[in-house]
Amino acid sequence: MSRPRMKTSAMIASIAAEGQRTVSAPFGHTLVRLAADRPEIVGMTADLGKYTDLHVFSAVYPDRFYQMGMAEQLLFGAAAGMAREGFMPFATTYAVFASRRAYDFIYMAIAEDQLNVKIVCALPGLTTGYGPSHQATEDLAIFRGVPNLTIVDPCDALEIEQATEAITEHAGPVYMRLLRGNVPLVLDEYSYKFELGKAKLIRDGSDVVFISSGLMTMRTLEAAEFLKADHIDAGVLHVSTIKPLDEVALLAEIRKPGRLIVIVENHNLIGGLGEAVMASSMRNGVMGRIRHIGLPDAFLDAGALPTLHDRYGISTNCLVSQVKAWL
Amino acid sequence: MALNPCQPLSGDGLTEMARVNRLDAARMFMSAGNGHFGSCYSCTEIITALYFSIMRIDAANPDWPDRDRFIMGKGHAAPTLYSALIRRGFMPEEWMDQYEKAVGVRLMTHPSRRYQPGVDVSQGSLGHGLSIGVGMALAGKLDWRNYNVYVLMGDGETNEGSVWEAAASASKFGLRNLVGIIDSNGLCVDGNLADVMPMEPMAAKWQAFGWDVSRLDGHDLPALLSALAPDRESTTGKPRMIIADTIKGKGVSFMENVRSWHADSISAEQYSRLVAELEERVA
Repeated sequence: MSRPRMKTSAMIASIAAEGQRTVSAPFGHTLVRLAADRPEIVGMTADLGKYTDLHVFSAVYPDRFYQMGMAEQLLFGAAAGMAREGFMPFATTYAVFASRRAYDFIYMAIAEDQLNVKIVCALPGLTTGYGPSHQATEDLAIFRGVPNLTIVDPCDALEIEQATEAITEHAGPVYMRLLRGNVPLVLDEYSYKFELGKAKLIRDGSDVVFISSGLMTMRTLEAAEFLKADHIDAGVLHVSTIKPLDEVALLAEIRKPGRLIVIVENHNLIGGLGEAVMASSMRNGVMGRIRHIGLPDAFLDAGALPTLHDRYGISTNCLVSQVKAWL
Repeated sequence: MALNPCQPLSGDGLTEMARVNRLDAARMFMSAGNGHFGSCYSCTEIITALYFSIMRIDAANPDWPDRDRFIMGKGHAAPTLYSALIRRGFMPEEWMDQYEKAVGVRLMTHPSRRYQPGVDVSQGSLGHGLSIGVGMALAGKLDWRNYNVYVLMGDGETNEGSVWEAAASASKFGLRNLVGIIDSNGLCVDGNLADVMPMEPMAAKWQAFGWDVSRLDGHDLPALLSALAPDRESTTGKPRMIIADTIKGKGVSFMENVRSWHADSISAEQYSRLVAELEERVA
């Protein structure tokens, strides 16, 4: 007797809302395009090619693809070895495994030697309902402490395409948080252009300015629209390069008087964008009325992703009502 | 004898170089006041065989793309490597007397590619070397270069799970350009490896992982030469593992198999005895 097929949206990793425009596997297709002109690009994964969109690359370039098995220390150690010989490995796995299982290899074998390894990891922050084993709610806290490591947290399919190209042109190790599968397309409506190391003011606002990264910028843009209906003028500063932080752009926004600053991140409140921005703000003596929305310092529940985003306060509705409460 | 040989050494020349290597390591440790004597002296012959006979390297061109690569997995035995690089002409002899002397000197406890010409990979964290070696060997295949990658590990280092991740992959990818060497001196920081975490039967383990395994006396230079000889035409497609049975502290009577000499300070009197014992060998 066959058991009934389990149906739970906890299994669905896509963060696209119903009816939202999406692009399929933007990272994988961009990498294939870039690899045509860059023979040094190789793909490596630890049995998660399919769930990091690297299968798109391996199908086109089987001779430049290395399946390392479920062995993250080997994955990043071997990536370091290949980079040492002049190749540019894109090494993919889930963010939890790169940060928690292979940290010493990323720190010592890759970052210390400034090797040109691109660490591209799916399921950043709370983007799966699988529970703490798969929810990388502290990946930024872990990787921000690694010298030489550039950290990128793209928002949507457009930015993933642009960021993948940009990190290829950057010589040195990069950690990129990846959205995979059918990835929402949002930023094309804002004539957005990714620049490594630059925060971008996507919309200005006179009452509130959101400072957000990654997929949270989709939410803050939506929240700004909802707030507009209530005659609240909200702007969005998108900070997709977490390290090095674009302090100039950040401080310029925080410094403008009379506005509520709301930092929103898909990460533990400890150690991510929020603390980075607030520390920079204090170091530079720039004080604003700053509030912080992120995930609690806790092992999060498993379950359906939309429910979890509501529960932990990072859904669009939560952002809107929280901002109203603060104003 | 010339201490900067450009040509490979053999026979007595190699034996003499191994003796010089031990003296050099002691000289560096005297500069620092302490050091990993035991760990260095168990791999002296292995490093000497590699750098003075086996490896295709060129001191005038440390980054020569076709050179053989060496990874010092057991990075704490760095002075043994430093001596070889200095005597091969990659680095000046004067650096020895600055070993660990101050912040900013070139030779520190662990090998660093940033400061030391001829060092292929910075090391220090045990269990990294073989994975990095897998990557370098994969790169060699993809580049159609026929260099070999030699990775020296401690036997205790093979406690690290990452070593076995790499072991499985080297076999999968048919890395016949990868040669692992285990310096099996049987001792680690907290005691006998057999008590701390036994790894025997080592040869059977590596064979089961798909490697060509040989086991030999790690202080027997002719045996090392024959096992390490480049097999660039090999068709077995297998990576090679050489398990070298060694004695920690080999060559100095009061250090041999004494666990505390894994890393210890040395007095002037002990240093004199060490030098005298090594000098005696010539006579």
